[in-house]
Amino acid sequence: MKRTTIDIWVGIFVVIGFGALLFLAMRVGNLGGSKLRDPYELQAKFDNIGGLKVRAPVKSAGVVVGRVEKIVLDSQTYQANVTMQMDARYAFPQDTFATINTSGLLGEQYIGLEPGGDEKTLAAGEVIKKTQSAVVLEKLISQFMFSTAEGSSVKAGN
Amino acid sequence: MSVLQGIGARTTAAVWHLGFATRFFVAVLLASGTSFRRIHLTLREVYFSGVLSLVIIMVSGLFVGMVLGLQGYDTLARYGSEEALGVLVALSLVRELGPVVAGLLFASRAGSAITAEIGLMKATEQLDAMDMMAVNPIARVVAPRFWGGVISMPLLAALFSAMGVLGGYIVGVVLIGTDTGSFWGQMQASVDFKRDILNGVVKSVVFGVAVSWVAVFEGYDSDATAEGVSRATTRTVVTSSLAILGLDFILTSLMFRG
Repeated sequence: MKRTTIDIWVGIFVVIGFGALLFLAMRVGNLGGSKLRDPYELQAKFDNIGGLKVRAPVKSAGVVVGRVEKIVLDSQTYQANVTMQMDARYAFPQDTFATINTSGLLGEQYIGLEPGGDEKTLAAGEVIKKTQSAVVLEKLISQFMFSTAEGSSVKAGN
Repeated sequence: MSVLQGIGARTTAAVWHLGFATRFFVAVLLASGTSFRRIHLTLREVYFSGVLSLVIIMVSGLFVGMVLGLQGYDTLARYGSEEALGVLVALSLVRELGPVVAGLLFASRAGSAITAEIGLMKATEQLDAMDMMAVNPIARVVAPRFWGGVISMPLLAALFSAMGVLGGYIVGVVLIGTDTGSFWGQMQASVDFKRDILNGVVKSVVFGVAVSWVAVFEGYDSDATAEGVSRATTRTVVTSSLAILGLDFILTSLMFRG
């Protein structure tokens, strides 16, 4: 085969290969779209974050408005200190309520923000004061079991 | 006593082999500069190991993706989470199956051909003839084949993953009828560019180096007989497949732990 034909085929091959990589990055991965516009930081302290992970979404009314950036344990209060990167397009009132929710029964956990009625909004670096911990399924079940066990004295021996 | 002797001899031979392979690898890297000055030699090898592997890689990727779509749907439907099908297909392809299966196919399709070619050149004394003419056979023959494989492998792996995702889409969305929006949406929400896709690319580059290295070394190291060439070709496929699977375990545990 002549050299020029080989060059063309190699060129086509490289283009297809990089096209596949681009497809993976844009269509399969999270590089295309849903990028946070010049994000600002917010913090929130939770008693228990359950299974919340770094890069989990922060949602308000179901819309993704930010991502979890960092999770550390505060050694003074023994609470989880969650740092979030928020989209600059959205500002939230001072008395916003942050909860840890689960999408679906077994889905991933995310932070839900419910805006309050305050006039002033949270500035970059501020801390969300009103938070609610994740619901730990095991605790819920054990509470339920405990209360039913107390109710029926027959099964008290178990 | 002879058993012990056998074990000892084999161990020494393996270590000797490994040392020689490493020395050979360094020699190939050193000769690369010379061979890049005549880039069409490398392009020719990209054509032979990359372009000619396109069909097998694309068709295999499509079918692997379709099987993943079918099996994944079957399992996920039991838990009522069919919408996670896109995540399952994309993550398993991009992280593991893409680089590994593409690597295995590449080893048997291109690696064996490289070994056979170099081995036969050695058996017919073409390499010695080059040496006689003051042409360095490592720069002229080995380095272009090595780099051709290293360049082709990541592109083929990316293509494999992309075709696999399309195959999963065809089965999951077009044939079975899960929702298109949740298929792509959940996929994009859980596949991270750096963590998943770039790590997959890193894997495929490592596999490309491993397969190409094994292939050129086994060819160069083969006995200069017909039987020697056939043995070397077999060894290439076995060694590089094992290397891919072993390296994959090491890389996965480094990349995705915790």
